This record gives sequence, C-alpha cells and structure tokens, in this order.
Amino acid sequence: MNLVIAFIDVAARLAAWLILAPLLPGIINKVKAWVAGRRGPPVLQLYYDLNRLRKKSVVLSELASPAFVAGPAVAWVAVLGAALLLPLGPAGAALSFRGDVLLVIYLLALARFATAWAALETGSAFEGMGAAREVSYAVLSEAALITAIMALCIHSGSVTLVTMLTPAAGAGAALLGAGLFAVLLAENCRVPFDDPNTHLELTMIHEVMILDHSGPPLAAILHGASMKLLLFAVLLTEAVLPVGNLPPFAAAGALAGGVLIVTVGVGLIESLLARLAFRRVPLLLTTAFLLCLFALLVAWNGGAA
Amino acid sequence: MSSTLNVLIGLAMGLNLLALASGRVRSLISVVAVQGVALGVMPLLLENQFNWIVALVALGTVAVKGAVIPTLLRRAMRAAKVDREVDPSIGFVSSLLLGAGGTIAAVALARVLPLLPEHEGLLLVPGAIASVLTGFVLLIGRSKAISQVCGYLVLENGIYLFGLLLIHATPMLVEAGILLDITVGIFVIGIIVDRIQRAFDSLDTRNLTVLRE
Repeated sequence: MNLVIAFIDVAARLAAWLILAPLLPGIINKVKAWVAGRRGPPVLQLYYDLNRLRKKSVVLSELASPAFVAGPAVAWVAVLGAALLLPLGPAGAALSFRGDVLLVIYLLALARFATAWAALETGSAFEGMGAAREVSYAVLSEAALITAIMALCIHSGSVTLVTMLTPAAGAGAALLGAGLFAVLLAENCRVPFDDPNTHLELTMIHEVMILDHSGPPLAAILHGASMKLLLFAVLLTEAVLPVGNLPPFAAAGALAGGVLIVTVGVGLIESLLARLAFRRVPLLLTTAFLLCLFALLVAWNGGAA
Repeated sequence: MSSTLNVLIGLAMGLNLLALASGRVRSLISVVAVQGVALGVMPLLLENQFNWIVALVALGTVAVKGAVIPTLLRRAMRAAKVDREVDPSIGFVSSLLLGAGGTIAAVALARVLPLLPEHEGLLLVPGAIASVLTGFVLLIGRSKAISQVCGYLVLENGIYLFGLLLIHATPMLVEAGILLDITVGIFVIGIIVDRIQRAFDSLDTRNLTVLRE
C-alpha cells in the first residue's frame, strides 16, 4: 500500500513538473507582448511547438557521434532529476537525503555539460562559440548559486533541501532574492545576459548551441530549458518565502504566486532592458555573487548573535 | 533608532559598491549625491532630543551634498564636454571585488576594536572604514579628474561617518566648516577640470605625469 502511495506521489510530481513547465515561457512572451502593445503568441505556444517537433524527423550530421542525440536526452533527464529533488512547500520532495543539495547542483552542471557537448559534436564554429560563452558565464553564475546555497545552509544549519528551504531566509532575504534572480536570468539565458529572440548567431548563447538540433531532440532541449526556468523560479520563491511552514493550500497559493511574480518580472525585465555588452556581463554576475556573499555573511552574523 | 541608523549605513555601504561598479560619470555623481543625503540625515537620528543647530547643519549637509555639489560637478562636465564613460585603470570587476573585500574586512576589524558601549551595535565604524577604502580605490583606479573628485567625496563621507562618533564632543560648527571647505574645494576643482580639458583635450590625469617645462 505504501509503495502504491509513493508511486502515485512521484507520478503526480513528474506530471506537475512536465506539464506546468512550458507555461512559463508562454507567460513571459505574453507579458512582453502586453508591454509592447502587441497581441503576442498564445500562452500555450510552447505546447504546440513541442507537439509539432515530436512528429518531425531528425536531421543528423554525418560527423556527429551518438552524443549529438544523447546530449539533449541526458540534459533533460538531469534537469528532471534535479526538479524531483526540489521540495514543493509542505509536500516535501520525492526523494530527500542528507546533502541532496549538492546532487542538485551537480545535476544542473551535468545538464549544462551535456548540452555543450552536443553543441560541440556538430563541429560548427558558431556552436562552439556559443558553448564557450555558456560555460564561461556558468563559472560566475555557479559561484553565485553555490554561495546562495551556502547562505541557506548556514541560516538553517542543514544540508538537506527540505529543511534548508523551510524557514524564511531571515535578514538577508532581500539580498539573497536579488542575487538568485540575477542567477536565474543568467542560467536561463534571458535578457540582460542573452536575448532568446535574437537571430544573429554572433550574439546568441543558448540559441546558437541548439541551431543544428531538430525534431524530438530539439523538443527535449526546449522542454528542459522551460523546466530549468521553473526549477529556478521555485527555488527563488522557497528561498525567500517560508512556504514550508504554511498550511497546504496557502503554501500552494504562495508557491504559484511567487513563481508567477518571478515569471512576470523576467518578462518585464526583458521588455524594459536591453541586453548587456559582453564585456559588462562579468560585472553583473560578480554583483550577483557579492549579493549572495553578503547574504551569507548576514546569515553567519545572525547565527552568532 | 539604532536599527534605522544601521539601515542607512548599510545603504551607504551598498552605494559604495554601486559607485565602484558604475560605468558612467553621471551615474557615479548621482550615487555619491544619494550617499551624501543618506549620511546627512544621520545626525538627526543620533540626537536624542531635537536640537535646532543639529537640524540646521543636517539640512545644510543634505542641501550641499545632495544638490549643490552634484550641480557643480554636472556643470563642470557640461562646460568641459567630458566624455560620459568612466574609463577605469583598475577594472570594474576587480575594483568591485576590492570594495567588497574592504567592506568585509572593515566589519571584521570593527568587531575587535575596543569601542564605547554606546557604539557597540552600530555599523558606524565599519561603514566609515569601508567608505574610506572605497574612496581610495576610486581615487587610485579612475583616470578621469571628475571620477577622482567623486572618489574624494566618498572618502570625505567616510571621515564624516567617523566624525559622527564624536557628535557629542565636537561642536557642530566644525561640521559646518568642513562642509564649506568641501563646497569651495569642489568649486575650485570644477575650474581646474576645465583647465585640464583645455590644455590636454581630455580629462585623463595620466597626462599630467608627463608634464615638462
């Protein structure tokens, strides 16, 4: 009986992550269209795209090894695994153990590695450039993310995600929220780090890495990217709000509201800001790192006093 | 009361880092102006009962640091047709990291200093040290005269924070005198900036090191 309940629990979580994730890019595009005074694509556009890509055949380069197809699959599975480890308010996580936060960080890194590998497999100069940029930004954004996680660890005195994300982030919540939001923008290749709408290969980062992918692998990449966005939005919401302490319905409302606010915020930033010049990006990422670092110091001081 | 003060000093420390990261001269001037205003209202919070001399000096500080000095600097920029980029000789990322390291070191240093019991919970001393360090980084790491003036102003803000420790011991007249000095100093620097611009066609102070007869 317990096994059946556990199975249903995991299946429900999987379904929630898989089905809800493609909503976020749709909401962002709707916000951008609304600010620009356009009608914009429907909110469910990514679902239509994914369905269309699913039916298409794959164009394979003669040069590419099987990793060209395996890369997107590995990345998709890694992001889904990280998502299952992330607790959803009082419902907890599907799987929780001591130090699972490290596994989440490494799964996200594995997803990035797999995408970059698949991009390099094509032998295209543009995709190599995109992969190099993605990885060099990741050096800085991962430092910020790990510092933020350390701040949460010290604040709660635990290395398990469920207990780490249950209490509020305390005095440093504003710093941590701002830092994590910048990390979210950088990790998901949104403005001001990267422009998802650009059509010039020289300036793209994420988009140029997936230029040669087609059909179901491209669908896996797009769906994985939307899941990663949802994952970071949930992490940001739970790091700032004490979602875990609320009664179930209030927690679900707070979580959904937080994710919605983050998504609309991304859309607004994308409408109101231009992307930064490449040489200015490290400065912004360093700022994000420092915000998380000061949140860490505040958590440290708060624990001592 | 002390928590409001700490929030203001924390804001000033954040503005220090913003000043180190800003790439345009105009935004640097605005950051320094906001910092001046934040520091200017502090004497009112430190005094337990309302004192009209303190209020007058605070008002003067806010007016001079928030309005007069930025106006003078912006006018000097316009008159000398200064390029809007800051043009750093220590890069933005490294100066930001230096500033953050300095801020953290200042907080750590202030913990071991033997302070008066009434200053124990306050961020006054770390804020002052951090601002002085930021001012030094700006003075050393920026090549344009106007940005160096901003560094000097941040440095002065740090010294002003130190001065707040002694607010009950020194007469406010001293503060008023310092304020007058800065205003005259900025006024004179405005003229010098114009002179440098005319003589070298740029505001880069590195030109001054190769000055010969």
